[in-house]
Amino acid sequence: MSEKKIRILIAKPGLDGHDRGAKVIARALRDDGMEVIYTGLRQTPEMIAEAALQEDVDAVGLSILSGAHNALVPQVIEKLRANGQNNVFVFLGGIIPEADIPHLLEAGVTKVYGPGTNTQTVCADIHQAIDNE
Amino acid sequence: MPSALVEKALQGDKLSLTRLLTEVEAETPKGIQALDLIYSHTGKAHKIGITGAPGSGKSTLVAALVKELRRLPDKPRIAVIAVDPTSPFSGGALLGDRVRMLQIQHDPDVFIRSMATRGALGGLSDRTEAFTQVFDAAGYDYVLIETVGAGQSEIDVVNLAHTVIVVDTPDMGDDIQAIKAGILEIADLLVVNKADRPGVEGSVRNLQNMVNAGHGKDLNLHHHRFLTEKNQEKLEHIDAEDHWFPPVLKTVATENIGIAELAEKILEHGKFLKGHGLWELKTELAMHEIVARNLRLGLYRRWLEDADKTKLQAIMNDLLEKRISPNQAVKALMAL
Ligand SMILES: Nc1nc2c(ncn2[C@@H]2O[C@H](COP(=O)(O)OP(=O)(O)OP(=O)(O)O)[C@@H](O)[C@H]2O)c(=O)[nH]1
Ligand SMILES: [Mg+2]
Repeated sequence: MSEKKIRILIAKPGLDGHDRGAKVIARALRDDGMEVIYTGLRQTPEMIAEAALQEDVDAVGLSILSGAHNALVPQVIEKLRANGQNNVFVFLGGIIPEADIPHLLEAGVTKVYGPGTNTQTVCADIHQAIDNE
Repeated sequence: MPSALVEKALQGDKLSLTRLLTEVEAETPKGIQALDLIYSHTGKAHKIGITGAPGSGKSTLVAALVKELRRLPDKPRIAVIAVDPTSPFSGGALLGDRVRMLQIQHDPDVFIRSMATRGALGGLSDRTEAFTQVFDAAGYDYVLIETVGAGQSEIDVVNLAHTVIVVDTPDMGDDIQAIKAGILEIADLLVVNKADRPGVEGSVRNLQNMVNAGHGKDLNLHHHRFLTEKNQEKLEHIDAEDHWFPPVLKTVATENIGIAELAEKILEHGKFLKGHGLWELKTELAMHEIVARNLRLGLYRRWLEDADKTKLQAIMNDLLEKRISPNQAVKALMAL
């Protein structure tokens, strides 16, 4: 029996066109030993949830710089749950005003990261969430 | 023993299917048992391998091809297995093929699953074949397998697919021809993708020449030893009529150019295999490959468990101190 690998989907919902941050985190997670499914720019919540389902991921990492997080993130979580993926953790990175965070956590986000977050912190958080499940 | 997970997966429940794949990939007891349960439901899917150099457009081509195949009158269900390499340093992997397949992932009758090689070297994961069985049993009519970007040795897909597509591009240059010769031998269909770029006609001509010069496909099977009588006979009587000449096609995957022709050739190849008794032969050869590998592993494990460890160490000592040769050591070990 082989060891269980952490599988994580990295996606960029919404219309903003920068995925440098998403790629940096994708590589960092790979270098930490995870299997990272990278899906690129301009994903709708439906597309993200469908990919997460087909890939049977343990976690989804969303990168949002456009300011549309309050609308998009709860939709992604809702779609994940509607597909039966009740245990998938959702991490969010981007430019997220402090005031929005409580609402996002309440919607089911595990952790929110601002710009310049140390990737090691993110890796550690993901391990902790999944290993303690 | 029935399993709710397997039953639901075979009935089309995606959540069960995706979890089943994970169990199979991790080789959990559940996953191993599931493969036993589904095996009698397999055998219908047309397995198509897509291989070629990194960046040649395999993923883009797969997406275009899936769209095309979905337009067939019988609206086939299609699974895609996209394999990318596991990093030998971290054990992690960056699986990026989906980025090129976004247009097909809405389709409820298409299922795309990314897979890391997890240490295997042949361009696939050791569990890729098992995945094809799961999709086959779950009623997917075509299973497309994108290998890791291949040079020449990553050709395990030939043991698995009914139809192998080798993707080339115009800008590869002559210096890479040497690599191509090896990979050419496994091609049923040759595709020059990125035909919107200069140098296409040269590449097509090159490949055509190589095919004509006999670098083409050969059922290179002499090492198979325990086939059923029927297929053994077929193997010994493969003649000119059974020889498929790999066509060379041009595509622009990003613009869906040449894709209809490619789909047509794939269907034609499937029919050719079936019409010549080769589908069955290939299926048995693929099975043979799996059985032989697992038998090797199983026998070795059993032998190791049963072997007298003291004697085993004594033989290894003799070997290291040059009292006996490796061959003599193996003889002695087999007699344990
Ligand atoms: N000009 C042109 N570009 C193409 C064509 N097909 C694919 N591409 C581009 O080639 C690049 C690589 O395409 P992929 O489909 O990712 O290639 P791949 O072989 O799957 O790559 P790996 O999986 O990394 O080995 C992308 O930027 C595509 O848009 C084509 O027919 N013409
Ligand atoms: Mg690819």
